Amino acid sequence: MDYTTFLQILDSTLRLATPLLLACLAGLFSERAGVFDIGLEGKMLVAAMSSGAVAYLTGSAWLGLAAGVATSLLWAAVHGIAAITFRGNQLISGVALNFLASGMTVLVAQAAFGQGGRTPALSGAARFGELTLPFAEMLRPVPVLGPFYAEVMSGHSILVYLALAMVPATWWVLMRTRFGLRLRAVGENPAAVDTAGISVTRMRFAAVAITGILCGIAGAYMATALQAGFGREMTAGRGYIALAALIFAKWRPWGALWATLLFGFFQALAFRPDVVTAVTHVDIPVPALEALPYILTVLVLAGFVGKAIPPRAGGEPYVKER
Amino acid sequence: MTIKPLLAAAVTLTLSATATLADPALIFDLGGKFDKSFNEAANEGALRWKAETGGNYREIEMQSEAQREQALRRLAQAGSNPIVMTGFSFADVLTQVAPEFPDTRFVIIDAIVDQPNVRSIVFSEEEGSYLAGIMAAMSSKTDTVGFIGGMDIPLIRKFGCGFAQGVIATKPDAKMLISWTGSTPAAWNDPVRGGELARAQISQGADVIYAAAGGTGIGILQTAADEGILSVGVDSNQNALHPGSVLTSMVKRVDVAVEEAFNEGADMTGGVEVLGVANKGVVVAMDENNSSLVTPEMQAAVEEATQKLASGEIVSHDYMSDDSCPIAGF
Repeated sequence: MDYTTFLQILDSTLRLATPLLLACLAGLFSERAGVFDIGLEGKMLVAAMSSGAVAYLTGSAWLGLAAGVATSLLWAAVHGIAAITFRGNQLISGVALNFLASGMTVLVAQAAFGQGGRTPALSGAARFGELTLPFAEMLRPVPVLGPFYAEVMSGHSILVYLALAMVPATWWVLMRTRFGLRLRAVGENPAAVDTAGISVTRMRFAAVAITGILCGIAGAYMATALQAGFGREMTAGRGYIALAALIFAKWRPWGALWATLLFGFFQALAFRPDVVTAVTHVDIPVPALEALPYILTVLVLAGFVGKAIPPRAGGEPYVKER
Repeated sequence: MTIKPLLAAAVTLTLSATATLADPALIFDLGGKFDKSFNEAANEGALRWKAETGGNYREIEMQSEAQREQALRRLAQAGSNPIVMTGFSFADVLTQVAPEFPDTRFVIIDAIVDQPNVRSIVFSEEEGSYLAGIMAAMSSKTDTVGFIGGMDIPLIRKFGCGFAQGVIATKPDAKMLISWTGSTPAAWNDPVRGGELARAQISQGADVIYAAAGGTGIGILQTAADEGILSVGVDSNQNALHPGSVLTSMVKRVDVAVEEAFNEGADMTGGVEVLGVANKGVVVAMDENNSSLVTPEMQAAVEEATQKLASGEIVSHDYMSDDSCPIAGF
């Protein structure tokens, strides 16, 4: 395998990992605050649909993004009301919202555009274009790093860079701010936070809202940057893969980056079986490559590779007084 | 007495119900009836029948695998006749259900079910794909042509095999790239994955990509248009999705098959019907959207191959006949 091919695979990795990364960070905020969210998938799906629809109607990718985030926030709010306010089962609420998203997106898109639950193809400013980073062409002759910068780092949509920037931002918010400390505490021992006079409900709603925003960006990225419009079930299980990545990352921001990049890398490799065969000299079946991330996640869960300890109060609604 | 008028009303109801019972029915597979592809073609056929005859028909869209048997039984019990279903996935279910309703006629498209009251309609996709392969090979400047199939199943391999033969017959040293979008039904609805696969093939030099992948194909055609290469659509005429980028579409006249079945109604005969290039059951779409891409030589080559395929002078290998495709290496 030559260097160019390797860079092409990394380029593909970054594109594939971006929605996973955003969804993974989304799940991280929610779960760190003690609210399990199986509904990442549904939030991404509604965001993809509304961003595709609004971007088409207004001709602006940014308005599409705003609409995607808004719809995703709506879904997050329903989850919050069910799981936090009414102390319902968080898993059931998430699953229900996923089903609702799956049906509603097709229904609304069909009613609005009559194209079989698809939104019309976007073009021009209705889509996020590819950004060329400064000096990409100038630095290209620099050995090794030049092509890496020009091929892999440059030439993505702005949402990819936003997603990458979210990793240090998440780390900083969670680990270095008062808000982050409280958020983590709410996920570990909500009673202690409550004793300190901080509203558990408010903290959890804040976390769920951040989850909504990040899922909204992930959905909009798929519909208005990677593709040119929404198609039914286009998230294709990425919300669940992100949950697996979250476990693999042991609920840590930097871990989320590496986990999703690894998952994305295996997906990208699966698209180039010729490369895999050339490197390993073994004919590895494509499904085996695709299954690798999940096998790794199971290994992590089983405790073979470090230990994955979920937030202690995760999944439990907080009851102030009995 | 009030019972009598009630009874009379009930009788009239039953009668009027029986009168509408002979309506045909159409069941769409998981892709949904507006998939811009296979199911949509079936829908067009049914709508045309409705417009021409003024008749009515029932329709159901499958939402999950588990619904197939139930939907089929419901329609048969309600008296719909004939019942047309699109998609090979119905084969197993129909084999069980058909004997239970001997008076009902069933039509299955894309699979063969050996029952007296079932008409099985299969298309010679390998012939249509062969023609698409000729056009792809003639348009390719890099001599590298890609095929992206949906879920990896024999039916889709049949498309790939015919396509590869058309390419190799035209340019013997052309390179064929073959990928699948997955091994689960989710592989039909993942345009992002399709786009990424197309990029992977483009980075290996492909400049014409044939997408036989349902909803995932939309993403493949989009990426091909974004990256400035050519693509080949499938099932329905997809030329208009990206005018000037979609070289042609390998069209299966599912609409004609559905319309015919509806027209014949309850007296339809069973058996296997094969639609190929000879009876125009599969064609490569030519219209104003791809006229700038199709050269006269290409058109001549396609016409020549069509005649040879029809006369049997060229035999396009059917993957499903022996589960192998020597020319494409799978």
